[in-house]
Amino acid sequence: MAEFEQGNIRNFCIIAHIDHGKSTLADRIIEKTGTLTSREMSDQVLDNMDLERERGITIKAQTVRNIYKAKDGKEYVFNLIDTPGHVDFNYEVSRSLAACEGAVLVVDAAQGIEAQTLANVYLALDHDLEILPVINKIDLPSAEPQRVIEEIEDVIGIEAQDAPQISAKNGTNIEAVLEAIVEKIPAPEGDPEAPLKALIFDSVYDSYKGVIIFCRVKDGRVRKGTKIQMMATGASEEVVEVGYFGAGQFIPCEELSAGMVGYITASLKNVKETRVGDTITDKDRPCKEPLPGYKKVQSMVFCGMYPADGAKYPDLRDALEKLQLNDASLRFEPETSAALGFGFRCGFLGLLHLEVIQERLEREYNLDLVTTAPSVVYKVYKTNGEVIDLTNPTNLPDPSEIDHMEEPIVNAEIMVTKEFIGSIMDLCQERRGTYISMEYIEENRALLKYELPLNEIIYDFFDALKSRSRGYASFDYDIKGYQPSQLVKLDILINKEEVDALSFIVFEGTAYERARKMCEKLYEFFPRQLFEIPIQAAVGSKIIARETVKALRKDVLAKCYGGDITRKKKLLEKQKEGKKRMRQVGNVEIPQKAFMAVLKLDDD
Amino acid sequence: MERDLEIYIHIPFCARKCGYCDFLSFPASEEAKERYVRALVRDILDEGTPAYAVRTVFMGGGTPSLLREGQTAEILEAVHRAFQVDRDAEVTIEANPGTLTKEKLRAYRQMGINRLSMGLQSVSDRELKLLGRIHTYQDFLDNYWEARRAGFDNINVDLMSALPGQTAADWREGLRRTAALEPEHISAYSLIVEEHTPFYERYGRDRERLERGEEPVFLPGEEEERRMYADTLEILSQAGYRRYEISNYARPGRECRHNKGYWKRTPYLGFGLGAASLLEGRRFRRVQEMGAFLERPGAREEETALSRQEEMEETLFLGLRLTKGVSEEEFFRLFGEPLDKAYEKPLEDMLRAGLLERREGWVRLTRRGIDVSNYVMAQFLL
Repeated sequence: MAEFEQGNIRNFCIIAHIDHGKSTLADRIIEKTGTLTSREMSDQVLDNMDLERERGITIKAQTVRNIYKAKDGKEYVFNLIDTPGHVDFNYEVSRSLAACEGAVLVVDAAQGIEAQTLANVYLALDHDLEILPVINKIDLPSAEPQRVIEEIEDVIGIEAQDAPQISAKNGTNIEAVLEAIVEKIPAPEGDPEAPLKALIFDSVYDSYKGVIIFCRVKDGRVRKGTKIQMMATGASEEVVEVGYFGAGQFIPCEELSAGMVGYITASLKNVKETRVGDTITDKDRPCKEPLPGYKKVQSMVFCGMYPADGAKYPDLRDALEKLQLNDASLRFEPETSAALGFGFRCGFLGLLHLEVIQERLEREYNLDLVTTAPSVVYKVYKTNGEVIDLTNPTNLPDPSEIDHMEEPIVNAEIMVTKEFIGSIMDLCQERRGTYISMEYIEENRALLKYELPLNEIIYDFFDALKSRSRGYASFDYDIKGYQPSQLVKLDILINKEEVDALSFIVFEGTAYERARKMCEKLYEFFPRQLFEIPIQAAVGSKIIARETVKALRKDVLAKCYGGDITRKKKLLEKQKEGKKRMRQVGNVEIPQKAFMAVLKLDDD
Repeated sequence: MERDLEIYIHIPFCARKCGYCDFLSFPASEEAKERYVRALVRDILDEGTPAYAVRTVFMGGGTPSLLREGQTAEILEAVHRAFQVDRDAEVTIEANPGTLTKEKLRAYRQMGINRLSMGLQSVSDRELKLLGRIHTYQDFLDNYWEARRAGFDNINVDLMSALPGQTAADWREGLRRTAALEPEHISAYSLIVEEHTPFYERYGRDRERLERGEEPVFLPGEEEERRMYADTLEILSQAGYRRYEISNYARPGRECRHNKGYWKRTPYLGFGLGAASLLEGRRFRRVQEMGAFLERPGAREEETALSRQEEMEETLFLGLRLTKGVSEEEFFRLFGEPLDKAYEKPLEDMLRAGLLERREGWVRLTRRGIDVSNYVMAQFLL
């Protein structure tokens, strides 16, 4: 590493709206800089998890070091820090950006700027990054590069006339991007002789090496034997190994010094001690102040997770513990439900994070889960002065003990074409949004700003937005804070028995409608059973909605054509399968998917 | 001693496909039928073995009576050459009204067919038309009496309830008129709206409504349908029939031996397109695609060896279709384990729910149990 001077290092990330081609461009850069031969490339090297590939999003930040021989004849080190692509992981994104000097902004030549593009650009500008616009997908028939260039100049206010016009998919014009990185993105600065100051932008757990810290050295140097300390968590250990990132592998080296991006291992056992955003320093020669911007990430969304088979409870605990080794933002604690037995209340950054964890538990750990409806964290101010962070609706104190409640609010930015402005404003209105502003960013498109309660958007807001704008609207948000609100707990009674795991908190003004829809949805999910089953929704002791699942009257195969019993068997097996997906509560069988019914209230 | 065997022969041809039918059956040219008969005969001869005694032969369809007498005779001839058929074997052919003639019926008798199963479905010409049948009630009557004159003393008549627009009174009328003809056996089953049929296009929404417990628009409601079922037992009992299976009624001693074999898991070999078999603890079927069948008529598909558990399950969910139910002694003899041990919980649950009853060593469905028999049977899948 020593042969590379600070001046020959470029630390950058790629930012883009989802689907605009971030990962594909990253792949091309890796390919062109010779880190991998094209034969070794599987598509989208940086998206590691199956899930990421399937969904086309990046969940964990990935980092690759490439060597690029530029037209000026010199070799450059490119540290490409791929950022997570979802609002749930905004904080991680901001820390990754803080590790860079520049950002390659990828914009789709057909779609132009979207809400996430803007959010990412603002974030990059906050970190004083040099922004290098790139127009991607010029191979599309609907591509309008010149229009998009003008849009970038108008909306973002950066020069874009000589932005490389590329097709990452076809590999067209990638060199132009590489040269622009060399020319436009500044080399890192920082004093290698000053006390160590390095930013943690990610950390993963490895069963052989322990925690592997991904960091950017701002000042000083770190090598094997350095006694490092995390300034926020206080954890301290001796460095075992430092190195940089090959594609998919860790390559040890002598030393990381100011300006470099790499990894450190120090026999740490838990990623909790190496929180993203924390500053690493030399314990024996500490820096005066940590890097700015550290915050402990908060779980925004909670839900109950229960093993479908109660006997698998220890397996679920083990799996959650393992996942937490790699994911400091995952929280969980044991809870019990009368309906679902033993399980865990789990905290997530957002709904995507929840889904990712849920899918990983199911796929990688082969667990069959029953998940209860997600809830945001409410602040309950009790009359005795106590304040509770409520993560499970079941634990809401008696109304007589509650002075008032507050709910989390977000600042939302929605970008939408003119024709759908009306319907999107209606949607925000229905979701209790407060209108803030609207500005036209070009003749045909506007940026709407709203304040929205988080609990109105965690479920299905994104889907509703897409369906009401025929897929055109894009959306981004960040947490604003808490605000007093009139909230009530809606309880669900199945066959006159309250099912704790089905309770949820709603805004009082929409309680009747939600209750009605919830009962309708549950009715759809409920197979008929041997007796009639009333499904009721109640606030306190007052029933406000009801549906009735009629008793199973007839379920018989009248004609069963003798010899061909396979068909009959299949029918019975389907019934048996259905039965497996039921939870017995009292003498009623509740289908597992009913516990997520609240998510589907706006399906129609 | 030879073991029991039943033989099923599938004739997948009909004059015209009925609107509700999802069986493997279709109209075909004379040449196509002849090619099929050739393949069928070859298959039977190839498969032949003296290791079994054939107790019953059943030619089903489609409409087997569409074949020329000579073709039918060739097929049965092959069965006799390839297998040991009991002298008093039950030999049935399915026939649709309108396809039988005096000559054909006489020929059937001569080739040893001793039982006739007639697809009447309804005594109302309006309903017959709605179902897409090619015959009238009068056509049926003509054929029925012709069959009696030809010497058939064992005749089944199929009837279908729960038809669109049908009332319980209509159904009772149909039962009475049929019983008055004194056939030995009546199959009375209710219409099932199957997917991939023209009826599904028309009544599929109604089927969904029924499944949810809501009122259908065209089909009789659940209560009406269950009333038809109850009326069937009442009317046919008074007329001297006994119910021996969920949808089958017979005069004493005239139960269909072939069909009972299916519920009792007697081994059977099915010949012809898509025909199912149970042999030596294995289930399999002939290929369902005509081209492949003609090329290799003996080829099997979906072959599975049944595990002990699957055999237990089958013993229950097939046996429970019989009015008599499942014999606990027989179960123990077969599996070396008492029924109430192998199925302790479901048995207890279903007895307590009043869906099963247990008497003198037999476990059977109650009346309410029959109504929801799929639910009951599903409990016995382990």
